[in-house]
Amino acid sequence: MRDFSYLRADNIEAARNAAALPGAMLLAGGTTLIDLAKCGVVEPATVIDISHIEGLNAIDVTADRALIGALAKMSHVADHAEVKSLFPAVSEALWQAASAQLRNMATIGGNLMQRTRCPYFRDPANFPACNKREPGSGCSAIGGVTRGHAVLGVSEACIATYPGDLAVALVAFDAEVDLGERRLKVEDFFLAPGATAEQEHDIRPGEVITAIEIPGSAAARRSTYIKVRDRQSYEFAAASAAVGLELEGDGRTVRDIRVALGGVATKPWRARAVEDALKGKALDEATIREASELAMQGAVDHGANHYKIALAPRVIARAILKLGETA
Amino acid sequence: MTVHDVKHAASDSARLEAVGGRLSRVDGPAKITGAARYAVEQQLEGLAHAVLVDSTIAAGKVVSIETQAAKAARGVIAVLTPDTIMKLSVASDWFGNPLAPQRTFCPLARDVTYCGQHIAVVIAETFEQAVSAAALVMADYDQAPALVELGDGTAGEIISIEGMTKEWGNAQAALAEAPVHLSAVYNTQRSAHAAIEPHGLIARWEGDRLTIWEPSQWLDGMARTYAEWFGIPFENVRLVSPYIGGGFGSKALALAHSAVAAAAAKMLGRPVKLMLTRSQNFTSYGGRATTRQTIDLGADKAGRIQSIIHRGVSEVSLEGMWVEAVGSITSIMYDTPNFSSRQDVVRLNTVLPNPKRAPGENPSAFGIECAIDELAHELGLDPLEIRLINYAEQDPHAKKAWSTRQLREAFAVGAEAFGWAKRSPAPRSMRAGHQLIGWGVAAGAYPVQRAHGEAVVKIMFDGSVEVESSSIDMGQGTYTILAQTAAETLGVPVSQVSVKLGDSHFARAGVTGGSRLAGIMTGAVHKAASQALDELIGLALSDPRLPFHGLQANTLAVKDGRIGSPRGDGPELSIAELMSMLGRDRIEAKGDTLPAGTTAEERYKNYTTIAMSIPHTEGDYSRHSWCAHFVEVKVDEDFGTVRVSRVVSALDSGRLYNPKLAESQWKGGIIMGIGEALLEEGIVDRRHGRTVNSNFADYMLPTNADIPDIQTISVGIPDPHSSALGGKGVGELGIVGVAPAIANAVFHATGKRVRDLPITLEKLI
Ligand SMILES: Cc1cc2nc3c(=O)[nH]c(=O)nc-3n(C[C@H](O)[C@H](O)[C@H](O)COP(=O)(O)OP(=O)(O)OC[C@H]3O[C@@H](n4cnc5c(N)ncnc54)[C@H](O)[C@@H]3O)c2cc1C
Ligand code: SF4
Repeated sequence: MRDFSYLRADNIEAARNAAALPGAMLLAGGTTLIDLAKCGVVEPATVIDISHIEGLNAIDVTADRALIGALAKMSHVADHAEVKSLFPAVSEALWQAASAQLRNMATIGGNLMQRTRCPYFRDPANFPACNKREPGSGCSAIGGVTRGHAVLGVSEACIATYPGDLAVALVAFDAEVDLGERRLKVEDFFLAPGATAEQEHDIRPGEVITAIEIPGSAAARRSTYIKVRDRQSYEFAAASAAVGLELEGDGRTVRDIRVALGGVATKPWRARAVEDALKGKALDEATIREASELAMQGAVDHGANHYKIALAPRVIARAILKLGETA
Repeated sequence: MTVHDVKHAASDSARLEAVGGRLSRVDGPAKITGAARYAVEQQLEGLAHAVLVDSTIAAGKVVSIETQAAKAARGVIAVLTPDTIMKLSVASDWFGNPLAPQRTFCPLARDVTYCGQHIAVVIAETFEQAVSAAALVMADYDQAPALVELGDGTAGEIISIEGMTKEWGNAQAALAEAPVHLSAVYNTQRSAHAAIEPHGLIARWEGDRLTIWEPSQWLDGMARTYAEWFGIPFENVRLVSPYIGGGFGSKALALAHSAVAAAAAKMLGRPVKLMLTRSQNFTSYGGRATTRQTIDLGADKAGRIQSIIHRGVSEVSLEGMWVEAVGSITSIMYDTPNFSSRQDVVRLNTVLPNPKRAPGENPSAFGIECAIDELAHELGLDPLEIRLINYAEQDPHAKKAWSTRQLREAFAVGAEAFGWAKRSPAPRSMRAGHQLIGWGVAAGAYPVQRAHGEAVVKIMFDGSVEVESSSIDMGQGTYTILAQTAAETLGVPVSQVSVKLGDSHFARAGVTGGSRLAGIMTGAVHKAASQALDELIGLALSDPRLPFHGLQANTLAVKDGRIGSPRGDGPELSIAELMSMLGRDRIEAKGDTLPAGTTAEERYKNYTTIAMSIPHTEGDYSRHSWCAHFVEVKVDEDFGTVRVSRVVSALDSGRLYNPKLAESQWKGGIIMGIGEALLEEGIVDRRHGRTVNSNFADYMLPTNADIPDIQTISVGIPDPHSSALGGKGVGELGIVGVAPAIANAVFHATGKRVRDLPITLEKLI
């Protein structure tokens, strides 16, 4: 960890101006930033503390949409009564993330900006090669310990898993991220590695996330987030699924379905093939399981992460079955 | 030193405070309020801060180390490398045997034998300055190929540990003749001690006297090591370790980083503080070694074992020796006429493994207790029944009677409390929704390790009592049970007793390991307190000014801090009144459990080495603690995730000095067992020999959410052959047998036998 200067931004304009400085990084809850600075992964020249900006932590939910300020704490959003009733998958994704202590510190804006947990990425002293950190330096993970690495959206440059939970639910329900001048679909905000593994987010110098907006829908109202991991709590997903379901009046035919995956892809992964296969179909277990397999089209494993190809469809299927049962 | 306040209703005191009472930890409030000051929390004038630089290769040579930039950085006092740090003498091993052949010991490595080995140290005015400068130290290496996994086809040098071979009968021939056979390989993983309190120390020199504040499970042993390293008399080293935030076996030795800090302090003439980072706590010292065991069982059709052939191997570093003795309890669990067990170690580019809770016994149980379960399944027998069919009525290896073995009782009581009779025998036959339910059982054992200890007991002018010992409390409750022992022996309330531990200048004690401390120290305190009391009573009876004079009594008794005739009639004084009338400010006695005539040299050896430990099979008996674990797991049929939903354990640790503390120890062991069965694994990149999950987010310890209700039941009876007060070992026992009980339950739930720990979800998908 090297010396840096500290600036406190009291309003969003000041934050944007400061964020345009070379080597500047925003500090919200600090649970990612400080951690990565200690690992030697990020070395900000200036840290801009945005945690005191007023009004950025608002949570405003109506039947039409949820508007969540970038500084809202993960724990507050998870516990918010309307989020729970109108967007259950969002609440469930949040309370199953990290630990209670972290959720009390961490913000929604920071959550979208969290970095991969690839162990090689996080250990520059021992593993200089990492395209995500140092473009062109190579990838230490390929050929190494890959149990947690992605099977979807990988490239030869990088196979790192997008680790977060919230964004998986956001992608499922077509949420948008507000960057001030620009507004992007969360799905487009996250970038798969391709040949430019270092670019994870479509965010430009001087841009600050101010809020996310999630459109309300029947599918969002009947939604869930299932997270599978070896440890019951405080672990990133081996595989997870955010699923929303809207049925026709007959109570079994699918009118609308949303499926997104976490823990298995390089970005929060919308599984449209599964959605398309199920729309208009009557739900039964065999149909659900068969359709869920379509999520793994194009999956590529690196040995130790092969199990994810079998696991992820089962997580999707379980989530759909669970929502179907609550009809 | 914090004085511990004891708070509970006075009406409860007799019941709670007696030896055997459920007194809460006397050090608990100090720990919870933060008043307890741990070793490295000492605030010293002029303290300098050291941060280590570690090798990033696992094998090879450090060709050069660039230190200019670090030296020029703000606040830096010195940067030391293998060339510039002072050379020390080589210290002797656990047994006090000198370690040839090197003449000197350089605590920073030039020849690298594992990744994470310390190669340089930066000392600065502040911790932050040292951290920042350490990142500027650059090393050039001449890298050599590394061997990092026990399973590597090209594994390193194999060494047979001949002393661990156990054979009787003709195991090969009996196996060939047995109608039922089973052969399987069981693997246990590298696991970390993962104590919450990291390793670290403060070293301060005053002339040729060295004071070390360092968490320690063995003050006298570590003081010896420092004395030998620096060539100073043992008495010149003072080690202070008032509290320990978890050791589990890792804090019994002074390690390379300890030597670096002490050497730096000497070179700079300033006290130096050095803490290992969380990551270094995974790489600077070894955890439990990786093991592999092959078991061949032969049995008759009724399930009676005819032969056991066991071959075990564990990993060890290129330098030093630690054997994870995977055959340690294979030989005593079941009665078999023919037996053969051998142990090898394989040298790898890894840090020297260390003892971790029930070293040897824990992986040993995973082999034999899974194998017997597999045999039961093959024969269609209940897993509990097969254990009773093969019950060992005496130690099959030593051919001696058990001192006490309440294992049959443990099976019966545990099965009853668990409801074992309702188990449906077929695998995969119990479920709730998507959850496959499995019930498993396994037994465990831990030998009674004995040695000697000494204690000082002082009766003070005001009636208070002080107990002093260089033994330690790492959470297991030494402060509490020694207070109970002194209070009971002297007839005073616990609130009048203050126990002082963790200073090597106190009365001496050997290593706190192998669950031996409670048995030794309660014995020593009992003896010292009895001597002090005898002296007090003698003075009281013989002093003509006192009311007891002329009573014709030949003794007096103390109750609730008041002294009088044993029958309770006649005059009575408080101890404070008596001390004042006697004109004494204290009565002090030193008691030890050593045989009369022990020489000074033998005493030194007894406390600073383990060479004088008494074998558990000494004399006519074989002494062990025993346990039986009953476990319920739920395995998700789609996801392969395993959750332990219920544990009932019945344990025989002999007499319990404090059941509340014993239960906590057992439960701690069971929780650690759940971690090792399902979650924990030090994962190494085989190309680099680097541990890639050296942090608490990626190294999976169980969280509270992973731990179900655990019921522990004591089935022990006082064992007079094991200790002065009848206790056997507690702390190590609980973990032994947990992993096989879980693996057996997973098999029962799923029909899948997982023989490689940890049982992670991909193994069940
Ligand atoms: C041990 C551990 C376990 C975890 N487990 C999980 C888990 O299971 N699931 C999960 O989803 N997450 C998990 N996390 C990640 C956690 O959710 C994130 O660390 C947290 O959400 C980050 O929020 P923060 O406010 O602390 O961000 P900070 O650390 O303050 O910032 C993180 C990054 O975002 C940038 N940033 C912050 N705010 C803004 C903004 N408004 N606009 C633009 N950029 C911004 C910062 O510059 C920085 O680069 C875990 C983290 C840890 C340390
Ligand atoms: S997978 Fe990506 S993040 Fe990990 S080492 Fe390779 S390039 Fe770096």
